[in-house]
Amino acid sequence: MNIPAVRVIFEREMARFFRTIIESLISPVISTALYFVVFGAAIGDRIEMVEGVSYGAFIVPGLIMLTVMTQSVSNASFAIFFPKYIRTIDELLAAPVSYVEIVLGYVGAATVKSVLIGAVILLTSYIFVDLPIQHPGTMILFLLLTSFSFSLLGFIIGIWAADFQQLQIVPLLVLTPLIFLGGSFYSIDMLPPAWQTVALFNPVVYLISGFRWAFFGIADVPVAVSLAAIVAFTVICIAIVAWIFRTGWRIRQ
Amino acid sequence: MTANAIVSVRDLRKSYKTGFEALKGVTLDISEGEILALLGPNGAGKTTLISTICGITRPTSGSITVGGHDTLRDWRAARQMIGLVPQELSLESFDTVMNVCRFSRGLFGKKPDDAHLEKILTQLSLWDKRDSKVIALSGGMKRRVLIAKALSYEPRVLFLDEPTAGVDVDLRRDMWRVVGDLRASGVTIILTTHYIEEAEAIADRIAVILKGEIILTEDKAALMSRMGRKELSVRLAEPLTAIPDALAPFNLTLGPQGDTLVYTYDTRSEKTGITTLLNAIRDAGLQLVDLDTQESSLEDIFLGLVRSGQ
Repeated sequence: MNIPAVRVIFEREMARFFRTIIESLISPVISTALYFVVFGAAIGDRIEMVEGVSYGAFIVPGLIMLTVMTQSVSNASFAIFFPKYIRTIDELLAAPVSYVEIVLGYVGAATVKSVLIGAVILLTSYIFVDLPIQHPGTMILFLLLTSFSFSLLGFIIGIWAADFQQLQIVPLLVLTPLIFLGGSFYSIDMLPPAWQTVALFNPVVYLISGFRWAFFGIADVPVAVSLAAIVAFTVICIAIVAWIFRTGWRIRQ
Repeated sequence: MTANAIVSVRDLRKSYKTGFEALKGVTLDISEGEILALLGPNGAGKTTLISTICGITRPTSGSITVGGHDTLRDWRAARQMIGLVPQELSLESFDTVMNVCRFSRGLFGKKPDDAHLEKILTQLSLWDKRDSKVIALSGGMKRRVLIAKALSYEPRVLFLDEPTAGVDVDLRRDMWRVVGDLRASGVTIILTTHYIEEAEAIADRIAVILKGEIILTEDKAALMSRMGRKELSVRLAEPLTAIPDALAPFNLTLGPQGDTLVYTYDTRSEKTGITTLLNAIRDAGLQLVDLDTQESSLEDIFLGLVRSGQ
């Protein structure tokens, strides 16, 4: 294992994060605070409790997941797309670094960034609402697995994308709708029955539901199913990354 | 394989999906500690050959060993020995010079060693710029940073792909000095260049690649002796059918019209033999009309090879 290589990749990515601390940390916090103002305070007061939880508190897990998923994808995709774009990736390909080490460095850093952002949003939310965490271990597990798997997804998108436009397409056209329709701001019980069935085809529903269960003990789907879903998603992403490196798809001629 | 070959390439082929064959069975041995200049026109396969040895491009067939390690089976050990200075100025623009070097060193599995980096940056006149962001540097400075990055992990074999393209004369001479120092420390250097003068100045051996094939590998000294030869053409008033016996010791050749005698001599030897030849021609009763001399340079040899190959 080439530990120094994993370390320098990881450190470079984290340095970028801290160099752009405003964009990295402050902006997700500001947008979360805005969601609280709009959904929690302005609209939330008119919405009755959801399954015994105040609406302001109810949306916190969804908000964290929303930000963690989008940030994981955007961080990891940019981290590998940019070296590919400016051809510094050649150094990586010529270095005695295995695929596992490359992924550990890039995806590891993206995961840590997302977890940090998630933690900061969680702390910020305490300013606005009183929030119990019934199952802290499960909460951390979901946060880690979601950050990791969506960072892997971002890594795949970054390798696939041939230009900046493609880099934006998947997050914009696929992820954002799935995340918004994944129950960030509502319980799928609140949907008409037909839409509830449709919602079950959205993988994000399982993640948000499981994560919310860790806070309040309430869920749209059983927590074991949620856990299985996130593990399955992680395994699929790992398999795709392994295939990419084995074939050199879009990176090695 | 040559006994002391540190890089050994055997029947290396690279074809792309488009059907284009960039390398057509390249076989090449590079001896430890030598400086090999790889010459060839644009698109001849120089960069593809280097990229394949370094592991950036996958070979279609053939084999490469570096320090006895197969670059596919034993890739980690092979790559640890290789440094690459790419042709393009591809660098992390927003990082500092010191940091990009630290990154390269770590990537190649070496423990942090700022003292070593200081030595390299000083040698390349970059120490003052160690905290500057790469984006703020001139093109020539960026080129030095690329070399510093490659040297940061102490490679045993260094590939320099057009290291002096777009670089001013002073910097070019600086780089030649650095290359000389590296050779003195035992590093094997493979250099591609468009400047024949550069190959002349620093290489031990010249390889010429054309359309994906190595068409010549020769010691520079042998090539230089070819370069050091001049031709004296002596035009005669009356054409000859054969060279007179009296002129046989001069190894002359007769021009196609029979009216020109061509004498090849070494400009660096003390006696060129011209006076003796001219006396012998007069004694043979031949009448001269004109004299002309021509010198062939490495560039002429190179261009001649390229033209005859195309």
